[in-house]
Amino acid sequence: MIAVGEQAPDFTLRDQDGEKVSLSDFRGRKVMLVFYPGDFSPVCGDQLSIYQEVKPEIAEKGVELVGISVDSFFAHKAFQEKLGIDTILLSDFEPKGEVARAYGSYIEAPLGFANRTLVLVDEDGKVAWTYESPNPGEFPGANVIFDALS
Amino acid sequence: MTDLSSAAIPPVGPDDHVRGEGEEGVVVYADLGCPRCAADWPRLRERPGRLVFRHFPLASKHPRSPALHAAAEAAGRQGRFFEMVDSLYADRGRVDDPHLWERVERLGLDLDRFEADRRSAEIETRVRRDFESGIRAGVTSTPGLFSLPAA
Repeated sequence: MIAVGEQAPDFTLRDQDGEKVSLSDFRGRKVMLVFYPGDFSPVCGDQLSIYQEVKPEIAEKGVELVGISVDSFFAHKAFQEKLGIDTILLSDFEPKGEVARAYGSYIEAPLGFANRTLVLVDEDGKVAWTYESPNPGEFPGANVIFDALS
Repeated sequence: MTDLSSAAIPPVGPDDHVRGEGEEGVVVYADLGCPRCAADWPRLRERPGRLVFRHFPLASKHPRSPALHAAAEAAGRQGRFFEMVDSLYADRGRVDDPHLWERVERLGLDLDRFEADRRSAEIETRVRRDFESGIRAGVTSTPGLFSLPAA
């Protein structure tokens, strides 16, 4: 995992609408990067659904929630619609998992996707806090996010 | 500002929805729009001991859930909370407003009162209170179960 205090590696990825989004776009605001294994797996669905329910409270803390997985942005759009969520989903698709690797979140082959990892990036673009799940099948409850922000 | 940081589930209180008796049992954080909860419900309700129902509607995933939780809570104001929950889980294909009114009639509830209650801010707050306690306790899927007595 990337270490707290390090400069968060900048990236530019496409969101669910195909629009390019860079980490540096959020400079001056806090961002919680939510790395997850993949769209449409039941656990990912529950994770993002639960976070969606407390998104206003996360926003109250001045934090933008951003999901990242290795899926294409087309899949992200369908996944977002299926879950009924409006969380930004970024596509770490080509080169596959490059951003997850830069943050130390990638699980190499045969899995080939990001572990469930939370990375809080502060207003200056530095890593302020991280959380890594013991395995991709477990995800941190929303309370863990609020612990980090309190 | 709402505090959603980690905390143990609140102890069972007088306005919790409790079925059965005894020190031992389970607190269930459940979503009335959730198929997994519906599938588990017959087994949960047959468990020995106390069953404490707490609201955990995931509105983004199950858009009808908030209305169903409000309906159950409104039925609870007339003493028929679990009857409404049982009925909603038993017949998941019939959860639109006319189907709720049929249930109200079948359970012998006052429809005008039910309609006023289920749309009230008080009930919305009551449901949200349960939901937030589940978030603070780290509920990550439904049904989320906690054993009683709490450790």
